[in-house]
Amino acid sequence: MKNLCFFFIFGVSLFPLLCFSFNPESPLDRRVLVLLDDFSLKSSHSIFFNSLKSRGFNVEFKLADDPSLSLQRYGQYLYDALILFSPSTERFGGSLDLAAVIDFVDSGHDLIVAADASASDLIKNVATECGVDFDEDSSAMVIDHKSYAISGTEGDHTLIASDDFIQSDVVLGKTKIDAPVLFKGIAHSVNAANGLVLKVLSASSSAYSANLASKLLRPPLLSGSAISLVSVVQARNNARIMITGSLDLFSNRLFRTAVQKAGSPFKFEKSGNEQFVTEISKWVFHERGHLKAVDLRHHKVGETDEPAMYRIKDNLKFYVEIYEWSGKSWEPFVADDVQVQFYMMSPYVLKTLSTDGKGLYHASFMVPDIYGVFQFKVDYHRLGYTSLSLSKQIPVRPFRHNEYERFITTAFPYYGASFTTMAGFFFFSIVYLYNK
Amino acid sequence: MTAPETSITTVPRLYTNKTLRNAFGGVLSFFILLLIGVLAFSIRLFSVIKYESVIHEFDPYFNYRVTQFLTKKGIYEFWNWFDDRTWYPLGRVIGGTVYPGLTLTAGTLWWLLNSLNIPLSVETVCVFTAPIFSAFASWATYLLTKEVKGAGAGLTAAALLAMVPSYISRSVAGSYDNEAVAIFALIFTFYLYIKTLNTGSLFYATLNSIAYFYMVCSWGGYTFIINLIPMHVLLCIVTGRYSSRLYIVYAPLVVLGTLLAALVPVVGFNAVMTSEHFASFLVFIIVHVVAFVYYIKGILSPKMFKVAVTLVVSVGLAVCCAVIAVLIALVASSPTKGWSGRSLSLLDPTYASKYIPIIASVSEHQPPTWPSYFMDINVLAFLVPAGIIACFLPLSDASSFVVLYIATSVYFSGVMVRLMLVLAPAACITSGIALSQAFDVFTRSIKFQLPGLSSNAEVHAGETSSATAEAQNDAVNTGKSEETLKDRSSRKSKKKEREHVEKPSTKAKVEKKRLLALPLEASVISLLLLVLLGAFYVVHCVWAAAEAYSAPSIVLTSHSHDGLHVFDDFREAYAWLRHNTDVDDKVASWWDYGYQTTAMANRTVIVDNNTWNNTHIATVGTAMSSPEKAAWEIFHSLDVKYVLVVFGGLVGYPSDDINKFLWMVRIGGGVFPHIKEPDYLRDGQYRIDSQATPTMLNCLMYKLSYYRFVETDGKGFDRVRQTEIGKKYFKLTHFEEVFTTHHWMVRIYKLKPSKNRIRGKTKKSKSKTSSTSSPKRNGRKKKNPWH
Repeated sequence: MKNLCFFFIFGVSLFPLLCFSFNPESPLDRRVLVLLDDFSLKSSHSIFFNSLKSRGFNVEFKLADDPSLSLQRYGQYLYDALILFSPSTERFGGSLDLAAVIDFVDSGHDLIVAADASASDLIKNVATECGVDFDEDSSAMVIDHKSYAISGTEGDHTLIASDDFIQSDVVLGKTKIDAPVLFKGIAHSVNAANGLVLKVLSASSSAYSANLASKLLRPPLLSGSAISLVSVVQARNNARIMITGSLDLFSNRLFRTAVQKAGSPFKFEKSGNEQFVTEISKWVFHERGHLKAVDLRHHKVGETDEPAMYRIKDNLKFYVEIYEWSGKSWEPFVADDVQVQFYMMSPYVLKTLSTDGKGLYHASFMVPDIYGVFQFKVDYHRLGYTSLSLSKQIPVRPFRHNEYERFITTAFPYYGASFTTMAGFFFFSIVYLYNK
Repeated sequence: MTAPETSITTVPRLYTNKTLRNAFGGVLSFFILLLIGVLAFSIRLFSVIKYESVIHEFDPYFNYRVTQFLTKKGIYEFWNWFDDRTWYPLGRVIGGTVYPGLTLTAGTLWWLLNSLNIPLSVETVCVFTAPIFSAFASWATYLLTKEVKGAGAGLTAAALLAMVPSYISRSVAGSYDNEAVAIFALIFTFYLYIKTLNTGSLFYATLNSIAYFYMVCSWGGYTFIINLIPMHVLLCIVTGRYSSRLYIVYAPLVVLGTLLAALVPVVGFNAVMTSEHFASFLVFIIVHVVAFVYYIKGILSPKMFKVAVTLVVSVGLAVCCAVIAVLIALVASSPTKGWSGRSLSLLDPTYASKYIPIIASVSEHQPPTWPSYFMDINVLAFLVPAGIIACFLPLSDASSFVVLYIATSVYFSGVMVRLMLVLAPAACITSGIALSQAFDVFTRSIKFQLPGLSSNAEVHAGETSSATAEAQNDAVNTGKSEETLKDRSSRKSKKKEREHVEKPSTKAKVEKKRLLALPLEASVISLLLLVLLGAFYVVHCVWAAAEAYSAPSIVLTSHSHDGLHVFDDFREAYAWLRHNTDVDDKVASWWDYGYQTTAMANRTVIVDNNTWNNTHIATVGTAMSSPEKAAWEIFHSLDVKYVLVVFGGLVGYPSDDINKFLWMVRIGGGVFPHIKEPDYLRDGQYRIDSQATPTMLNCLMYKLSYYRFVETDGKGFDRVRQTEIGKKYFKLTHFEEVFTTHHWMVRIYKLKPSKNRIRGKTKKSKSKTSSTSSPKRNGRKKKNPWH
């Protein structure tokens, strides 16, 4: 987060960028490209795809090595989101390559990457570019001898049942996911200093990443809670990325599997996968946690027009409207922790905004007794939500020459003294000059 | 008038002849003055003819911008102007931090011309303000010198001042700076001071205060006046020249002058709070004490007076000691000892370079070299001593002032090259006196010895020839002695009276003059030599005006074998900024270019030539001397969008940012100690060749200056430093080049936005394998700073 703080100074003019991730004009018509290794995935993961379709997405399937593959035409992106379910692809077909995928993200589009034990360098590089490092050992898998899923028939404890979710209603929805999520795949780690990446599903402290086939000679590079099973990234342009080391996470088979975590008395009819994947895909595709702030305005108390400049010690009112995208429409965003800064190199005023519940936030305060070029800043960065960084420049001038007090009460003795001196000198001169 | 009176009694016919001659002389000197004005104006037009009618250099651009504001918005808006486009984000209260004299003068000129239906643009008025005021200044010099040594000396001094190179350097057309009007105000204030001293008129004393007010409005150099005049008053008192005229000239100036000075917002309470002004108050007290002593002396018997003196002196000394002790304690308790940095560097020339790099970094604050004296005042340097001697024959109040003026200004000019400007008028006045006296002596000797002239005519011719010079002096003397007659008790005046009684005897005078006569041949040769000297001076001045001092410095020219080259890179760059960036974008550059950026490109700057905030400048200096990432963070925290650097390596323009870089390091290091000058030095030198230190090669200034430089000639040969640069191939990670002017003199970079993503750890083995599959990615990886 420390790094983040540096980059928040976006002009209001840049605001459209915040909504760039999906077209605000026609947000309901979204196109998703799914790249597959082979078309059999279409049926084996059909529940996930169908849930996307039922939410209004226009899902298009293509083979990862399709020679006609292209994300954009004539400078326009053809898709709003990309799902890479092609872990073993060494090279994309057509004009698509690593740089194209990254540019796709950098222009504000969403991405879901799923790898598995056969993950190619290409997929791993996509993840690295996004700030997620897959285990370097290409044949290593996540193994957990304590919190594996009992229902698994294999005895190697690679089917992991994890319920170590991120504590965020925004990312995972309001409904609590009761059943553990089944995971079978490779481990990745995230850099703790990287403020953009979130571990959504972590492995337990007893997990480790190792190659099943070979003997474990030295301690595994990744172990314990350093292993992340599912991570999400929210880039600075609010493009959202989900990265996981398990393609099976999305499969119909694991969706339907009954699950019992080792050492746990509870057995669930159905794993938490479906709910987990659906909720997280809602987040990735901006159906939740996407905020927009509009109509930042301010005026002096008692006036309605926005001034070009304030004077020190003016009383002013500040307004901003914040809405959240619900998947269908913009709903008022209600929170009690939105703050406005009156900022010149450091915040001189920091005020919590109060809301009317309809999206309008307001505060009133006095301009500090210092002149300079200030900014109204709204920096709202909360877990799972898009970052709001609004600023509006406003100069503050000192008093004009005629805005000071004309007469100061405490100085009356001095006024009196000077005027009596003047009068006395005048009379003295007359007497001295003419009284002879 | 003594001389005419004697003439009336002896030869009435000659008297009428003489008034005719006087009238003729008056008309002649009027036309001479007119021509001097024309000369002063037109010698400064070389810059317009050779280049174009533009504002020059740095500070004039600010003054021009302020004047535009004044003419557009009016005086109250100007007074209350808070400028939010400079010193971002601090802003600057222009109305309270600017000397408004120049702006108001030019604004008034413009308004006057416009109300007369002469539609000149503000820029034109600004360009020609300096030449107009140079003409005024030469007229003021005439008046001042006339008060000191008569009209002849006055005309000579005015002619000299009209074309003295030192003054031309600051007042060519387009050099729209405070000094342009301040030198006129300085000389005019001195004139009114001398005039008041000679006449003892309260009217002139009041005018003097108003002239002083105008000077305070115009230039910070007014402190020179408010220290020089008390010094002269003190000198007069010490040498026993106290008179009521001295009181009349000084007391109103201090009281009215200080009150008026306090009205100028930029001075305000400084007029009574800073020690630059304390000398005047101290002398003010002394004048009163002296006046009181003279008064007491008049009413007491000598015996009583002696008793009173011993009493008062013993008590007074004790009190004085106490007061001085308190004052010293007060002043010593303040960190700069009550003196502002710039004034301290005048008294102790090493002060600024030791403690205040921001002051020492300005080239015009450096001590001058000997050649610059010869360049700037030329032959006057040799005439000044003669003029000083002439001032002592005889020494009057006025001539002692000139001596004091020249002595102090020589000292100050030796401290700071900028103050050559104050020396120039003093040198012109003394040289004018010297030349005029020399001409006087020589022409008189020739007249005496030319055959065919009757001895009677000789006498009168001799007298009239010197009349121009002497009459005024006589008038002064008579006026003085008449007045001093009233001071009954003054021993001094009695002595003068005796002199006065002796003076009218023409015979004695003629006798004296006969003695001064030189041989004919010697006189003729000397006259020729003097004319030659004058001619040499004129030639030098015209050359200096045409070649040395007319360059506007925003447009450069160079002559080479294939003709004239014009370097208009600065305006190219500013125009690019104006047309291609957002109106609220902030541009960072070294402070030299701040005024030009705000005025020409109309973009907000971080620091500018009004170096009021050392920390802010140090921040920019630190950014320039930091590695790219640290610099990016500093600039980003200041909302900077563009960085502008001036680079002369391609065309050999020596005053570029690399040559100024040592000041960025010093000023930056003065505030932020992690910038250490030794890190940038190799063998005590700033080097950019292969011997340069790694810190130097990695700092932002080096990178922004030499980015892609090797592409120009394949070697990266810097023509200013005459060496090949140390690091030739490098990429910028946090900045991107957006514009480089035709001759690479100005380079503009844009801050890259922060990375959209933060990459994971780089895996070397992976990147090697992937480099074959996608070479594009490799480039990205190298550029990427986020790991």
